[in-house]
Amino acid sequence: MSEQTAAAEAAKKPKRPIAKSLQMCNDTLAKLYADTNAAKARGEKIGWSTSIFPQEIAESMGLCVVYPENHSAGISARKQSEEFLQHAEGPLEYNNDICAYAKVNLGYMDILEVPGNNMPLPDFVLVANNICNQVTKWFGNIAKVNNVPMFMLDTVFNYDTEVTESRVKFMRAQLDALIKNLSAYTGKKFDEDKFKEVMDISIRNCELWIEANERLAHTPSPLSGFDLFNYMACMVCFRGKKETTAILEQLILEIDEHIKNGTSTYSGEQNYRIYWDGIACWPHLSHNLRTMRKYGMNVVATAYVRAWALDYKSGDLDGMAEAYSTTAGNNMPLETQVQRRSDALIKFKCDGMLYHMNRSCKVMDCMQYEVQRRVEEKTGVPFTSFDGDQSDYRNYSEAQFETRLEAFAEMMKVRKEGMRNG
Amino acid sequence: MADLNTRLKEAQDVAANPKKMMAQYLKAGKKVVGCMAMYTPEPIVHASGMIPMGLWGGQVEQKVVKTYMPAFACPIMQSCLELGLRGSYEGLSAAVIPTLCDVFRCVTQDWNVAIDIPVIPLTYPQHRQLEESIAFLVSELETVKGKLEKICGHAITDDAINASIDLYNQHAAAMRTFAKVANDHLDVITPEVRHAVFKSALFMERGEHLALMNDIIEGLKALPVYKHTGKKVVLTGITAEPDDFLAALSGNGVAVVADDLGQEMRQYRTEMPAGANPLERIARQWQNRTGDPLAHSPTNERGEMLVEMVKENGADGVIVCLMKFCDPEEYDFPLIHGSLKEAGVPTLSLDIDQQPNKYEQAKNRVQAFVEML
Ligand code: SF4
Ligand code: SF4
Repeated sequence: MSEQTAAAEAAKKPKRPIAKSLQMCNDTLAKLYADTNAAKARGEKIGWSTSIFPQEIAESMGLCVVYPENHSAGISARKQSEEFLQHAEGPLEYNNDICAYAKVNLGYMDILEVPGNNMPLPDFVLVANNICNQVTKWFGNIAKVNNVPMFMLDTVFNYDTEVTESRVKFMRAQLDALIKNLSAYTGKKFDEDKFKEVMDISIRNCELWIEANERLAHTPSPLSGFDLFNYMACMVCFRGKKETTAILEQLILEIDEHIKNGTSTYSGEQNYRIYWDGIACWPHLSHNLRTMRKYGMNVVATAYVRAWALDYKSGDLDGMAEAYSTTAGNNMPLETQVQRRSDALIKFKCDGMLYHMNRSCKVMDCMQYEVQRRVEEKTGVPFTSFDGDQSDYRNYSEAQFETRLEAFAEMMKVRKEGMRNG
Repeated sequence: MADLNTRLKEAQDVAANPKKMMAQYLKAGKKVVGCMAMYTPEPIVHASGMIPMGLWGGQVEQKVVKTYMPAFACPIMQSCLELGLRGSYEGLSAAVIPTLCDVFRCVTQDWNVAIDIPVIPLTYPQHRQLEESIAFLVSELETVKGKLEKICGHAITDDAINASIDLYNQHAAAMRTFAKVANDHLDVITPEVRHAVFKSALFMERGEHLALMNDIIEGLKALPVYKHTGKKVVLTGITAEPDDFLAALSGNGVAVVADDLGQEMRQYRTEMPAGANPLERIARQWQNRTGDPLAHSPTNERGEMLVEMVKENGADGVIVCLMKFCDPEEYDFPLIHGSLKEAGVPTLSLDIDQQPNKYEQAKNRVQAFVEML
């Protein structure tokens, strides 16, 4: 079973057969890990990468790359993180405070054994700091400890809404260097045509991902919102592969079937349409779902909808550089973050916004309060937040989540009634 | 020359009263620009005729800031924002804020909406090995310069910036000299005094502080060498404040013989190289920084650098002054501890918090550390 799927599946009652598209996704992920292990065994150089890195380059060279964020998320969703958190905070002396994806991964890196998908040690790391600066430090440590090179795309934070020309130039130079250096280091040839082909596939996959997500704008939503979390490997781990095209096309077929039949994978009445802000709370996914279901809340939108909205034209490296800089909300200023959320609230006809105050992720947290205020001001959509962590199960309180949601449901109810009564 | 004690007292006074300094400069008709920890292109501000004033937070209870940041953001940024929100920085014409870490990214945005002092953000590149990072940083500095020019109302010339850079380099050299000379006079230069001397630089016009340093260095050189019998340590971290914290060292007879603190020696160990384009000189300083948790380096030399510093200064151990919730520092800790352990250097890690706090526990832990040394 794939990374995040286990917990999500466990949370679903009654059990229903696994969708074909999800099976395809799980198989592809299992194959990715198997291929990577096999490549390592053959003596090929394999890489570890951050989630919004220009994978197009490594993919076109035929390199095997795995993604620690996805791996840590899977470990956390399957409730296997304890051992790795303890190891990172104990013998490895990492502070409890750092990102729990990093803690789980750095712990794993020393233990290298978990039931489920395993990844071999990296021969190189690929880092784009568009998601945060923590990955610069985290992957820097991976590189230092394993004495392997780090190939970086520094997307230099945009404190203004526009990506300056100087930024594009700098990032373009980095992409050129990346291509040259990665090829030289791994001995894999870089082929323009192949690169363009992978770019085409990636562009198509990103479009399909958005398309699938946007189907949830339909009322009632054809999917239980967390279902899409199960497909994130498509975007994180094999965004540049043809398999993803097939998976997402199949998923869209399945969604359309639901829309046609007026059915949904969400069981019960969908009273409230929710925007889930932030990363999933993997260790507590089933509690999140159970509690939300109590009030008929269904997640219909997440930031993941546009996390890989990589808007570039095939062959255009400048455009690609810019796309990698802007696609991650964490690399953009407050104004953009507010705008993107407000747009989504309207597009997905949301009744409420649920913010995950993620103990792991300072970049998402330290302007969240202002984002909350502004988005509400702009849209009138009520919000609440809860304290959680995407990977460290200790930073979550079931009681708090339940109380917050109870009040949240009340807020949304009052607003809905008010709107109904004009 | 003013006598040594008067000059040291002056440094302590300035370090303890940045607000008084700001008031003085304002009264003299100067504009003052806040320069947020850790690095900002101060020479550009200096060259404009305005006064760069360091913003490093302070011991303040976190109240208003709670509506902008969760409690687990680093205390230094919490207190900077708290002070800003409370109006303590009123009088500043602008604040330059670098986006060096995740919290900083957010602070540029929070400040912009919450505090009525214009913010001038800038992004330092992390992929510093690439030559193109220089052109990028130069363009960031151009932008900063343009915004400063609007505030001071005139062009800031290359000549003026070059002159300021030369002054800053001279001052940095003086600070390095002071750090060396101080080690022969650890009776006078206690951890608290040493810290005050370094900190005072952040709130004084560079030329004035250089004069102060020259007097202090001369004064110290005139004294007979003192043989310190207690233990000697190297400090590493963002800051080693407040004095209550340092008292945990001095109270246990521990002297500071070198530091790798963001607020202290990290400011001075890398010079701005010679060159015609002043902004490029500033950019190259950034490129040349080593062993710095905020300037990514594929080889992270900080651990090895600390071992070297211990050897060079005859230190008995290293105290890691760990800024609470500072992830760049926290990621470095296992690496630097690893290098120090390998070299047989005893290490103690203590938390730094900017909330009014008692450092009783620190005192006990330093005592135990000293006994172990
Ligand atoms: S959870 Fe946040 S801190 Fe951790 S890797 Fe993702 S963006 Fe970075
Ligand atoms: S570097 Fe550390 S102390 Fe400085 S702002 Fe960032 S988290 Fe805070």
